[in-house]
Amino acid sequence: MATTATIHAHAAPEGFVRKYIFSLDHKVIGLQYYFLALVAVFVGMFLSLLMRVHMIWPTAVLPLVGEIKPETYLSLLTMHGTIMVFFVLTTAPQGGFGNYFLPIQIGAPDMAFPVLNMLSFWTTFIAFITILAAFFVTGGAPLHGWTGYAPLSALSNSGPGEQLGADLWITSIAIFCVASLMGALNFITTVLDLRARGMTMMRLPLTVWAWFITAILGLLAFGVLLSAGILLLLDRNLGTSFYIPLVVVNGQVMGHKGGSPLLWQHLFWFFGHPEVYIAILPGMGVASQLLSTFSRKPIFGYKAMVYAIMAIGFLGFMVWGHHMFMSGMSPYSAFAFSLMTMAIGVPSAIKTFNWLGTIHGGRVRFQTPMLYAIGFVSLFVSGGLSGPFLAQPVLDIPLHDTAFVVGHFHLIMGVAAIFGMFAGTYYWFPKMFGRMMNETWGKIHFFITLIGTYCIFMPMHYLGMAGQPRRYSQFTELNYLHNLIPLNTFMTYAAIITIAAQFIFLFNLIWSMFKGPKASDNPWESTTLEWTTATPPPHDNFGGHTPVVHHGPYEYSVPGAPKDYIMQTDPVTGASH
Amino acid sequence: MGLILLTVIWLITFFSTYFFAAKTWWLPHGASLATAGIDHQFAVTYVLMGFVFVAAQGALGLFVWQYRDRGSASKVTYSHGNTTMEVVWTALTAILFIGLNLMGSPIWAAERFAPADPGSVPVEVTGMQFAWYFRYPGLDGKFGRTEPKLMDPSAGNEAAVGLDTTDPASKDDVVTGTMYLPVNRQVDLTLRAVDVIHSFFVPQMRFKQDAVPGLAIHMHFTPTEVGEYEIACAELCGLGHYKMHGMLHVVSQEDFDKWVAAREAEKQ
Amino acid sequence: MATLSNPVTINIPKAGGSGGDVRPPVRGDGGGDGSPDYSGRLRRVRLGLVVGLASVTMIFVSLTSAYVVRRGLPTLDEHNNTYVRDWIPVDLPVSLLLVNSFLLFASSVTVELARRQIKRQAALAPISSIPGVSVGSERNIPWLGATLVLGGGFLTGQWMAWRELADRGFYLATSASSSFVYLLTATHAVHLAGGVLVLFYAAAISLLHRPVEARRIVVDVTAWYWHFMLLLWLYIFGLLWFVR
Repeated sequence: MATTATIHAHAAPEGFVRKYIFSLDHKVIGLQYYFLALVAVFVGMFLSLLMRVHMIWPTAVLPLVGEIKPETYLSLLTMHGTIMVFFVLTTAPQGGFGNYFLPIQIGAPDMAFPVLNMLSFWTTFIAFITILAAFFVTGGAPLHGWTGYAPLSALSNSGPGEQLGADLWITSIAIFCVASLMGALNFITTVLDLRARGMTMMRLPLTVWAWFITAILGLLAFGVLLSAGILLLLDRNLGTSFYIPLVVVNGQVMGHKGGSPLLWQHLFWFFGHPEVYIAILPGMGVASQLLSTFSRKPIFGYKAMVYAIMAIGFLGFMVWGHHMFMSGMSPYSAFAFSLMTMAIGVPSAIKTFNWLGTIHGGRVRFQTPMLYAIGFVSLFVSGGLSGPFLAQPVLDIPLHDTAFVVGHFHLIMGVAAIFGMFAGTYYWFPKMFGRMMNETWGKIHFFITLIGTYCIFMPMHYLGMAGQPRRYSQFTELNYLHNLIPLNTFMTYAAIITIAAQFIFLFNLIWSMFKGPKASDNPWESTTLEWTTATPPPHDNFGGHTPVVHHGPYEYSVPGAPKDYIMQTDPVTGASH
Repeated sequence: MGLILLTVIWLITFFSTYFFAAKTWWLPHGASLATAGIDHQFAVTYVLMGFVFVAAQGALGLFVWQYRDRGSASKVTYSHGNTTMEVVWTALTAILFIGLNLMGSPIWAAERFAPADPGSVPVEVTGMQFAWYFRYPGLDGKFGRTEPKLMDPSAGNEAAVGLDTTDPASKDDVVTGTMYLPVNRQVDLTLRAVDVIHSFFVPQMRFKQDAVPGLAIHMHFTPTEVGEYEIACAELCGLGHYKMHGMLHVVSQEDFDKWVAAREAEKQ
Repeated sequence: MATLSNPVTINIPKAGGSGGDVRPPVRGDGGGDGSPDYSGRLRRVRLGLVVGLASVTMIFVSLTSAYVVRRGLPTLDEHNNTYVRDWIPVDLPVSLLLVNSFLLFASSVTVELARRQIKRQAALAPISSIPGVSVGSERNIPWLGATLVLGGGFLTGQWMAWRELADRGFYLATSASSSFVYLLTATHAVHLAGGVLVLFYAAAISLLHRPVEARRIVVDVTAWYWHFMLLLWLYIFGLLWFVR
């Protein structure tokens, strides 16, 4: 069957530029996204290191960066958040691993639209350059936080960095929206149209389900962010008043009137809440895949996992107001949003129970990918359980805009989601590069990072309860914050150690790419389609033949089967799925 | 490795829970009517979530050790799940989460649905980069006109809020940088912002509300203890956000009247 | 590049996809002779369009929501903490907009005719490659070109409408209502201009003699996109007129 030729109207490319720069091969594009995110995460981590150092030693003069003024601190904070949320959490899990492995896991030779795929990466790249440029223009990077609330973000004279830096920030995000929409279109069409024979929706690996639902979320959310950004650019540059009422800045009456700052918040959070699910769902998919593989047991409740991911996606569009309980929004709306928010905790809990149920009765192997999957569950539980506090408006009164919120979202997005990426890296590295990463260094990195991140982010809950507000560059001005400084100091030291430990990962990654021990085609004895093909996979993924799927994705330890795993393409029966 | 994981997870759980239970760093002492309700709801939430936290982390640690691969001694139970258990724990979770929410709703309603009581003390709170101003309407009980064009932060107080002195109702308006309130009386706040969004946060009153340009937001709370309470800004407002603070003095009704009279006298 | 050469059987591409919704789609293999699977590709590109249009819809849903809410929102009078309504209905150049609507409607008709024309051409392609067979002298009315002209006419007309609005004193920043009028119509115009660029591309590749089946996919999907742009325009016009 020449079926693979039907998608691949092009033969394998020749030449360095077609092979590695403007490649149409989803595997190359996936790696491009991954390495973009890798650069972005080190930039983002460096910014957070500067932030934590400044909080404890506000007058320190640091090598390379000099003194950090209060407004500089806020620029670091803004860029840290923006770079991490967009260029790390929305790129590597979806654009990186999703691009590389979704087509292979469904038995396709490539994405539905390879040219669009290539364009979506390079558009993301342009967005990244644009946002980095904000550091280098007059006034520097904006100081309005990754959430960019108007009028602070809409008025050029509201602070340093709010001139060209803010325009570049908005433009970068707008470009990123377009790139994400292109990617989402591709992912959805691919899952719906390119599955191999026998690969029904209910036999898809949970990684694919996660990428699929994430793409749907992105498809419906990024357009709203794009609208919001366009309105902001108009307010900033063409004198409109979408977001800006009559305001007086430093005694000067600005020429706007009638606008609504809350409009920005509604539009932003309508995108922003699905965005945080976009950040975590792929990690959940990876966790499910790895917990099953390394426990040698089918995932507990596959159908429930699928319905839970759909429910999280669907409900994720109905809770955005929980970011706005204190905003001046109607308290009746607040009540409605808070009910929906508690509801979304239910499918998340189901997934957690099912992960535990997967390990229970299993036969756990402790290679590094599994350690990260286990860490993911622990971190998701910790970060998730502070949610029900914030979801209640009456408790949000003391907790909104304090360090409690910062601890909550960092444990989930800043650690659990990152653990999902670490897990994916160690798991799929052998397939991508034909070599194994070093287990010893992997384990060292895992333990330091797990303990270190808990030391940084768990105390934030205590600080928040004590009333430490967010986005304060130092704690010298309010008396009641003075005795919180020792705990903050502990967290800064933990951050220094944890960030340093990430170089272990980086070294392991790069060294193993060239010098790691050679990997077999299926070192983890895993069942999904990527493990049936050569290492690394050939250009059309399956070497000219088209896979036919006979089983669900998690047939481990099937009674009566010759081995403790049955590949999805294995025609042997003996499993009920 | 299973044992190491169990130890690490259980130790993390232990230390996290310890500092919550010991209240080493905790909500500050509350001095308002809302404190009882909010703190009670907080306690219920954190006890319930604490149980779930310990149970889930405990189970995770236990399972990864208990079900470690012990070679031929390990037997895997092949199973795709258990629908009954799914239904049960889904229902229980839903009841827990939604129940918690409904428990807290009457407190939210009391704080936010109803307007201020008649007889409450009217105070207008205005936030601007980077200070809070408090306006009292004086004996006539009416706030005078303000004019954005007259706003001059460098001249402080009345000029900062742009008080239009040609309006007769403005004559007895008092504008200060410090907030005074009489104890055990509800205050009827009108929250304003002049330039960007700020947030009026008094931790010990269990009170927070964003001050939004283009809105005049009415809120209320009732201080119940005499004392001095710090006010923080809780919404990023620019480079001075970390030092945009104020002070609330809660005093007896007598002392409050004396203070207002003294401020009126200063205006002459 | 694979060419279509089917000397014995006539391969009329099946309309629509293959397979039900339970079994996964079987990837067709064209004529079984290594030729590209155009019907599968058409289905895929159409699906991609539907998916992509969902995101365009969300852009206009969010703009609509902002519009409706802003229209009903009272504004604070900073002098005395009371709220007033400040929405000024825009004096729309309705007759000019009606003309533009007619042009866009006509362009939808012509692009649909272009779509059906190239569908027939693609169906007949195998036959016309048989030596000695003539498919008759079908008059090739340039429906694509007509669409380009009419679409260009619509865009020009929109430009004229904006000039007319300015003459009436409604600029972008004059009032909230005028801001939304420009914003909604300009966002639509940008999307339509994108469609115009793709039609230029479709015309260009016909001159470069790309296979008609491949060109058919481009024209088909652009035509559906174009119809969506018409419906979107009618919606926007209706919103700005009836909810002004």
